[in-house]
Amino acid sequence: MDMAENGTSVSIQELSLNFGAVSVLKTLNLDVAEGEFIVLLGPSGCGKSTLLNCVAGLLDISEGRIFIKGKNVTWEEPKDRGIGMVFQSYALYPQMTVEKNLSFGLRVAGLPKDEIAKRIARASEILQIEPLLQRKPAALSGGQRQRVAIGRALVRDVDVFLFDEPLSNLDAKLRSELRVEIKLLHRKLQNTMIYVTHDQIEAMTLADRIAVMKGGVIQQLDAPQTIYNRPVNRFVAGFLGSPAMNFIDGRLEKDKGDWHFTVEDVRIPLSTYAFEKEPVPGPAVFGIRPEHVAFNSGTGWPFTADATVEVVEPMGSDTLVWLKLGKQNFTVRVTSERTPRNADAVSIGFDPMRASLFDAQTGSRL
Amino acid sequence: MQRSWRHRFHLPAVIGTIPMILVAVGVFVIGIGFSLLWSFTSSKLFPSYDFVGLAQYRRLWADNRWLVSVNNIWFFGLMSIACNMVFGYLLAVFMDQRIRQEDLFRSIFLYPFAMSLIVTGLVWQWVLDPNLGLQAAMRNLGWSSFSFAPLVDANTAIYALVVAGIWQGSGVTMAILLAGLRGVDEEIWKAARVDGIPTWRTHVSIVAPMMKGAFATAFVLQCVGVVRVYDLVIAMTGGGPGIATSMPAVYVIQLITVRQNVGQGMAAATMMLVPVLVVLAFSGLVLWRRKRRQEAAT
Ligand SMILES: Nc1ncnc2c1ncn2[C@@H]1O[C@H](COP(=O)(O)OP(=O)(O)OP(=O)(O)O)[C@@H](O)[C@H]1O
Ligand SMILES: [Mg+2]
Repeated sequence: MDMAENGTSVSIQELSLNFGAVSVLKTLNLDVAEGEFIVLLGPSGCGKSTLLNCVAGLLDISEGRIFIKGKNVTWEEPKDRGIGMVFQSYALYPQMTVEKNLSFGLRVAGLPKDEIAKRIARASEILQIEPLLQRKPAALSGGQRQRVAIGRALVRDVDVFLFDEPLSNLDAKLRSELRVEIKLLHRKLQNTMIYVTHDQIEAMTLADRIAVMKGGVIQQLDAPQTIYNRPVNRFVAGFLGSPAMNFIDGRLEKDKGDWHFTVEDVRIPLSTYAFEKEPVPGPAVFGIRPEHVAFNSGTGWPFTADATVEVVEPMGSDTLVWLKLGKQNFTVRVTSERTPRNADAVSIGFDPMRASLFDAQTGSRL
Repeated sequence: MQRSWRHRFHLPAVIGTIPMILVAVGVFVIGIGFSLLWSFTSSKLFPSYDFVGLAQYRRLWADNRWLVSVNNIWFFGLMSIACNMVFGYLLAVFMDQRIRQEDLFRSIFLYPFAMSLIVTGLVWQWVLDPNLGLQAAMRNLGWSSFSFAPLVDANTAIYALVVAGIWQGSGVTMAILLAGLRGVDEEIWKAARVDGIPTWRTHVSIVAPMMKGAFATAFVLQCVGVVRVYDLVIAMTGGGPGIATSMPAVYVIQLITVRQNVGQGMAAATMMLVPVLVVLAFSGLVLWRRKRRQEAAT
């Protein structure tokens, strides 16, 4: 099977992995295109690192096959797979200088000296670590260490980069700086990258496509905007977005040919909502993101309602307003200048076009 | 100045440690002082104050038995420490494979260390005794020409001591190095595998250098073991056959109790102190240099 022809870089087919009786990954399929940046996103323990380790060859899989660049590497050693890996704890060799950290694997592989020197020069120029080459890892800051760790993957001159939460040991400011650097690096190198994180901002900003995982199963694999705006199920909808999407439990009803979502005495018309499948009347969950709701909207919204303000949280550029809509808790995010002032009762409005409807039982998108 | 002194020495702590300080000063400083003093005298059965300068030292270094003892302790020390380290590390690597009976194995390996060297020595003496141990057992089984009696041969007795020392000490080395191995981040191993570094090379070039502290601890314990070898020698060979396995500590005790020559015994004891002082001075120097480098860095 030649995968390279259709531009597939990494192809994971029917992969299962069990630790004893515990099944961690369940018949998982994932195709990553050449030069694509894939982010594996999910809560702790969902199997992201396990999947990455399987691709790297650090774990023996129970079933399935893995192709890299069209070559079946299912039983290859990690070094023969054409991958480089960056770890959360940096995993630098502490007793070696930065230069030796970069060169050690190459020297063991028996590369000629001038080739090694050339690769180190290139990597340290790209990552701007030339002044650090003679230092030991202990004398580096967290950000510098992670840069060296990326360099160690870079000098291997590989097609696929694997990152396992590379930024989660850094403080917030450094994290956002390095995030941008990784993005620039990807643009420059055009390598395939698979990146594990549980930080949704990293996922949204870096990914060409995000694979949202839960319990060893990929829930949705799509472009960030699609994942954000059209989540395939309630889990994906709730996992992305901060604060989380507002969920309202109610019923789907048909009235004179028009669909409505009703909860208590509130009726939300769904004429603008694009249904995924043919709707049937019955219990459902209505979800709308806090930033898709507006205040004092007056006319022009398909749906308006009165609500009472509970708490106002100014966050600088934005303000979060916690409301009660009937008996339902409701969050609204607006820019600061549109914050309701000294008002207990407000009017809110939104367009159900931007909402998501989920089956009450299965949680899948309607 | 006043405050930093108070900060460093809490009064209750000082009072609490006074007995220890007194004992330490009494036993070590006064004891060592008198050893040194008497080593310059012509003391025989009882200490005297008839000073003879370095005469005792001259006689000491002319005594063949002392020279053999010094040779033996070097040989025993180097051999047993080196082998202990190697065996201990290999055992630790073996234990680190997450084998199932880990607790059982750990107890087995540590058991010899928990026993007194006298017991260890006696057990080994029985095993190696031509009339009781291995040789007798093999002959009883019908292999009548079997001959294995290292303790009665002056050329091999010291090897038997080394083997007993290794048997006794490698368990502790294993336990310490295992703790060190477990402290190495699993991601280091993964990174080395991705880099294509063979397992043995990862051990030698990456993991072992990370375990400096564990190695140092194990080394110090082994050195203490070498000093304690007196018990083992007494239990296994009594310094024999002849003087083949005599060691400095054995020599000192013999001079004082059997040959009734306190002066020369004290000279030998003082000589035993020299390597300790050298080691102390060396480690002090290393610490001082490290501190100075740290101060220079900040
Ligand atoms: N060696 C192992 N033996 C048994 N179970 C394991 C082993 N390694 C991982 N697991 C289990 O596999 C599941 C997935 O682990 P994994 O490390 O892939 O999670 P993760 O998604 O990377 O989480 P995190 O965000 O916390 O890193 C977890 O439930 C974990 O308990
Ligand atoms: Mg993980």
